[in-house]
Amino acid sequence: MLPSRDGAKAGTPCVVFRTFSGRVTLVSFLAAILAGCSGGVLEPKGPVGGANALILLDAVCIMCVIGVPTMIAVLVFAWWYRADNTRARRRPDFVHSGRIELLVWSIPILVIMFLGGVIWIGAHELDPFHPISALASTNPQEKPNPQPNTPPQSKTLEVQVVSLDWKWLFIYPDQGIASVNEIVVPVGTPVHFSITSASVMNMFFVPQLGSMIAAMNGMVTQLHLQADHPGDYYGLSSQYSGDGFSGMHFLMRAVPADEFARWVATTKAEGPTLDRAGYEQLAQQSQDVKPFTYRAIDSNIFHAVTTLEIAPGPGPGPSVAPPQVRPRGAD
Amino acid sequence: MSTVDAFMPSGRGRDPYRLGHGHREAHHLARGHGEGGPARKRVVVAYGFWIFLLSDIVMFSAFFAAHAVLQTATAGGPTGRDLFDPMSVALETACLLVSSFTCGMSAVATGARSQLWTQFFLAVTGVLGVAFLALEAHDFAGMIAIGAGPQRSAFLSSFFALVGCHGLHVTAGLLWLGTMMAQVFVKGFRPNILRRLLCFNLFWHVLDIIWIAIFTMVYLIGEGR
Amino acid sequence: MLGKLTWGAIPWDQPIPLIAGAVVFALFFAVVVWVIVKGHLPYLWHEWITSVDHKRIGVMYVMLGLVMLFRGFIDALMIRSQQALAFHAAGYLPPEHYNQVFSAHGTIMIFFAAMPLVIGLMNFAVPLQLGVRDVAFPTLNSTSFWLTATGALLVNISLVIGEFARTGWLPYPPLSETQYSPGVGVDYYDWALLISGVGTLMTGINFVTTILKIRAPGMSYLRMSMFCWTSLAANLLIVAAFPILTATLAMLTLDRYLGFHFFTNEAGGNMMMFINLIWAWGHPEVYILVLPAFGIFSEVISTFSGKPLFGYRSMVIATMFICIVSFMVWLHHFFTMGSGGDVNAVFGIATSVIAVGTGVKVYNWLFTMYGGRIRYATPMMWSVAFIVTFIIGGMTGVLLAVPPADFMLHNSLFLVAHFHNVIIGGVVFAVMAGITYWFPKAFGFRLHEGWGKAVFWLSVVGFYAVFIPLYGAGLLGMTRRLQHYDFALWRPWVLAAGFGMIFLVGSAVAQVIQLVVSYRQRELLRDELGDPWDGRSLEWATTSPPPAFNFAVLPNVSNEEPYWEMKRGAIEAQQMSAEPDYKPIEMPHNSPTGFITAFFSTITGFALIWHIWWLVGVGLVAAYAVFVWFAWRDIEEYEIPAAEVARLDRERRAPRARWLERNAAGRPA
Repeated sequence: MLPSRDGAKAGTPCVVFRTFSGRVTLVSFLAAILAGCSGGVLEPKGPVGGANALILLDAVCIMCVIGVPTMIAVLVFAWWYRADNTRARRRPDFVHSGRIELLVWSIPILVIMFLGGVIWIGAHELDPFHPISALASTNPQEKPNPQPNTPPQSKTLEVQVVSLDWKWLFIYPDQGIASVNEIVVPVGTPVHFSITSASVMNMFFVPQLGSMIAAMNGMVTQLHLQADHPGDYYGLSSQYSGDGFSGMHFLMRAVPADEFARWVATTKAEGPTLDRAGYEQLAQQSQDVKPFTYRAIDSNIFHAVTTLEIAPGPGPGPSVAPPQVRPRGAD
Repeated sequence: MSTVDAFMPSGRGRDPYRLGHGHREAHHLARGHGEGGPARKRVVVAYGFWIFLLSDIVMFSAFFAAHAVLQTATAGGPTGRDLFDPMSVALETACLLVSSFTCGMSAVATGARSQLWTQFFLAVTGVLGVAFLALEAHDFAGMIAIGAGPQRSAFLSSFFALVGCHGLHVTAGLLWLGTMMAQVFVKGFRPNILRRLLCFNLFWHVLDIIWIAIFTMVYLIGEGR
Repeated sequence: MLGKLTWGAIPWDQPIPLIAGAVVFALFFAVVVWVIVKGHLPYLWHEWITSVDHKRIGVMYVMLGLVMLFRGFIDALMIRSQQALAFHAAGYLPPEHYNQVFSAHGTIMIFFAAMPLVIGLMNFAVPLQLGVRDVAFPTLNSTSFWLTATGALLVNISLVIGEFARTGWLPYPPLSETQYSPGVGVDYYDWALLISGVGTLMTGINFVTTILKIRAPGMSYLRMSMFCWTSLAANLLIVAAFPILTATLAMLTLDRYLGFHFFTNEAGGNMMMFINLIWAWGHPEVYILVLPAFGIFSEVISTFSGKPLFGYRSMVIATMFICIVSFMVWLHHFFTMGSGGDVNAVFGIATSVIAVGTGVKVYNWLFTMYGGRIRYATPMMWSVAFIVTFIIGGMTGVLLAVPPADFMLHNSLFLVAHFHNVIIGGVVFAVMAGITYWFPKAFGFRLHEGWGKAVFWLSVVGFYAVFIPLYGAGLLGMTRRLQHYDFALWRPWVLAAGFGMIFLVGSAVAQVIQLVVSYRQRELLRDELGDPWDGRSLEWATTSPPPAFNFAVLPNVSNEEPYWEMKRGAIEAQQMSAEPDYKPIEMPHNSPTGFITAFFSTITGFALIWHIWWLVGVGLVAAYAVFVWFAWRDIEEYEIPAAEVARLDRERRAPRARWLERNAAGRPA
C-alpha cells in the first residue's frame, strides 16, 4: 500500500539466489557427507561403528525426505511470488487453511514417530555398556575375518582404560601388561573396555570403530568395540581436558591373533613396571607422550584409581609444570 | 486492472487471521486483563515481584536438587542424623512462622494506616528474623567446630549452601526491612511506599515457605538417613 | 592490600594480548577524550547513560552486542587460522593462549553478543508493538543493561589483567575446579556471568510483566504481534532458566573460593551434576536466543510479502510448545556420559519432538510467502536465507538427537558446525534482518541498501564456506578444540574452513562501511513518514524516531494487525482519523541508578576475582547505599504538557496526511 522506498528492485536478486546458492548449498553439504566416506565415521571397520553409521545414514535419509522438498519449496515460492512476477497469482487473503495445518502438523509428527522408533531401538541396542554379541548376529555390515587358528567365537579381551593428563593408559589385566598411548587388539575379537579417569573428564573415542564414552574420575564407564579388519585406527579424547588435550591421541592397532600373542610376549620381556610409584609418576601432568609399554602391572591399580584409593592426579603446579602450563593469577 | 484492487483485502480487515471471535467492545473490561489496557501500577509491581519470587524459587530448586543428589555423599563423614539438633530447628521454624504472622499483622496495620502499629509489628518481625539468623549461625558454628563444615563432604557442602542461601535471603530481607521502616517513618504511607511494603510482605512469606521446604527435605527427611 | 593482583598479571611476555589490549585501551581512551573535549558528555549522560527509555536502552544493547560480536569474531579468526596452520606444527598460539581464545569466543558470542542483540531488539520493539509507553520497570531495565555491560567489561579486562578461563565456554568440572584451573580465569568467567545473569533475569521479569500486564486497550493475547509472542516465550524461559545458571555457577564459585565439594573428585563431589544443571539452563538458553529470532522473521516475512502471517494461531501454539518442551531435552548434550538406553532414548525422542514445532513454523512462513507479493529488501533476503540454512541446521540437530549417531559425532566439528548453523543461520541472520528492519524507526533514516546486500551475500557465502567443510571434518572424526593436529585426512577441510573466513571478514568490513555510508547519506535515506516498509504493526504508526512517550494516545486495538487496519481505514476514508484529545503524559525520570550499580558491581567483581577483600566490602556497601538512595527519591516522574504532546503528534500526522493527499486513489507509488 504505502510506497516502499527501500530501494530494492523487487525480486531481482532472487534468480541468482535460487539457482546458484541454493544448489551450491545442497551439493556442498552432500559433498561434505560423501567426503566423510573415507577414513571416518562413515567408513567403519567394526560392528559397533557399522551399526552407528547405518543409523546415521538412515536418519539422514528420513529427514531429507521432508527437509529437501521443504527447502526447494521455500526457494521456489521465494522466487515465484516476487513482486515483479506478473504471472504469479496473488492471494492476500490466504492466511488460514485447515487442510494445510493438518498436513504441516501431521507429516512432521509421523516422521518423528518413525524416527522415534529408530531412536528407541538404536539407543538400547547400541548402548556402549552392552556387549557386542547382541549386535553381531543382526549387523549386515559385519564381515568376520576368520583366522585358521582362532576359535570362531573369540573370548572377549578385557582392557582397562585410564585417562590421565594428557595421555591414555591401557591396562590388560588378563595379560598382566599395560601400555601408554597405544593399544593393540586382535582382529575379530570383541574388546570390553572399562574406562575411568585419573583427573578431569575425557572421552575415549576411536572414530572408525565406534561409539565414544566419557571417562570420569571415581566412576567406571564401559564400552564394547570390535575391529573386523586389521589396521591402525586413530584414537583420541573427544572431551577437552586442558592444555595438553591436543596431544592426547593414541593408536589402536588391530592385528591377527598370533601377532597379538607375540606382542604380549615382547611386552613382557622388557620395560618398566606399573606399580603405585610408577602410576603416580605417570599421573603428573605431561604432554605429547610417546607410546611405551609396561612389562608388569600391579593388578589393583585400576580399582584403586576408581575408588579414589589413589588420589586424583595433581593439577598444574610450579614444581612440575612445563612453561606451557603456567597459569596466570595462581597463588 | 490495477494490482491494488486484486490486492486489497476484501473487507475482512477486522479478522485477518480468521480467528472467528466477535467484535466485542474492549473498554468495559478490567484493566490488565486481556483487552482492558495497561494495568494499574500497583498490579504491575506486585505481578512483577511475583515473577521475581518464582525465579528465586527456581534458584532454590537448583540447590534443593543438588542437595537431593548429594544427600548420601557423606564421604565417610557425619550424616544429617549425626548433626542436626531438632530443638534448634524447631526454634528456628517457630521464629520464622511467628515472624510471618507479625509481618501479616504489620500489613493489617498498614491497611489501617497506623504508623505506630506498622512500625511495631515490623520491628517484631525484624527481631524474630535476627533470632532465626542467630540460632542458625550458632548451629553452623557448632558444626564447623567439630569438623563438619562444608569442606568435609559434598553432603555438607550442599547443606551449607542451601540453608546458607536461605539465610542470606533472610539477611537481605532484614536489611530491606530496616530500610522500609525508615522510609515509612519519614515518608508515611505514600502509594510507592505501600507498593514496596506489599513486595516486602510477599518476600518475607515466600522465605517462610522455602524454610518449610528446607525443614521438610533437609532436616526431617535427612534425619531419617 | 591488592589480593592476588601483581604486575605479573599483565601479559608482558605475550605480544598478541598485550598489543590487542593496548590498541583497545588507546581507542577507548581516545573516544572518551573526544567526547569530553567536544562537549558531548552532558548529552551522553542525560540522554543515553541515565536513560530509562526502552528505545535508548535497546539501541545501547544492540551497540554492545555488535561490538562484542566483532570481538568474538576476532577470536574465531584466531581459532580458524591457528587450526589452518597447525598441522604437524605448533601454529602461532600456544595452548595456554589458544584455550582462552576458544573459551572467550563461546562465552562472548553467547552471553555478550547474541543475548544483548536479541534483548536489544526486544527492548526496542516490544513496547511499541504492544502500543504502550514503556516496559513495566524502566529503571530496572536500565540496570539490566548496565549489569550486562559489566559482565562484558570483566571478560574483556581478563585479556590484559590475568587470564580468561581455559575450560571452554561451559566450565565442566573437575577441570574448572581450583586443582586443575588454579588461575583467575574461571573466576573471571564466574563473576562476569553471575553479575550479568542478574541483569538478564531482571530483563526476563520486566518483559514477562510488560507483555502480560501492559498492553494497549483492546489488545487481547491473540491480537499481539508474533514478535511479542515469541518475546513472551523467550522471557518466560529466561525467568525459569537463568536462576539455574546462577545457582550452578554459585556452586562452582563456592567450590573454588571456600573449598566446597559440589563437583570435586574427592569428598563425594559429583561432576555429572554440574553437567546436568548447566545444560538444564543451557538448552532453554538457545531457545531464548532463537525464539525472538523466529518472531523477527514472522514480522519481516509478513511485512515484505504484503500478507498477514499465515496460521497465526498455530504459530502461537508452536511457539509455546517449543517453549515448554525446551525444558525437557537437556540430556541430549551428554548422551555419551553413559546414562543408559532408556534415558538416552527418552531424551532423544523429546528432542526430535521439538522439531515438530519448528517445522510448523517453517511451513507457516512458507505459506505466508505463498500468494504474497514479495519485496526483496535486505531483511527479506536474510529471511529466505535463514529458512534454508535453518532447515539444514535443524536436520543435523535431529540427526545428533539420535544417540547412536551422537556416539560418533559428539563434540566433533560436526557438532560445532551444527550449532553454528542454527545460531548463525537463525539468530545472527535474524538480528541482521531485525536491525535493518527497525533501524529507520530508531534513527530516522534507512541503512544503505547496496552495502546491506553486500553484507548479506558475503555473510551467507562465508557461512557455508566455513561450516560445510567443518561438517566434513567432523564426519572424519575430528574433535573440537584442538590446538594442533596431525591426522592428514582432516587437513583439506580445516584449510577450506580457514579460507572461508575471508568472506566473513569481507562481510564484517562491509558492515562497517554500510554504517558509515548510511550515516553520511542519512538525508538521502531519511524516513519522513515513519513507515518505510509498508508495515503492519503498531511501531510503524509512530514517527522515526518515536517521541519519548511513543504514542500520544494509546491506540485502541480492534484486530490483529492494528496499524494495517488504521492505514486501511485512513485510505478508504481518504483522510486521517480525527485529532485525539491530547492530555499531559507522565514519563519516568531518567536515573543514574543502573550505571552506578553497574560501576560498583564491576569493582566488586574485579575485587572478588583478585581476592581484594576490603574492596569487596566497599563495593557491597556502595551497592546497598545506591539502593537506598534510589529508593529515597521523591520525584519519580515528570510530566509532558498537553501542548507539547499535541505539537509532537501533529508533526507525526502531517507527513501522513500529505501522503494521503498525494495518493488520493489509494495507489501505491
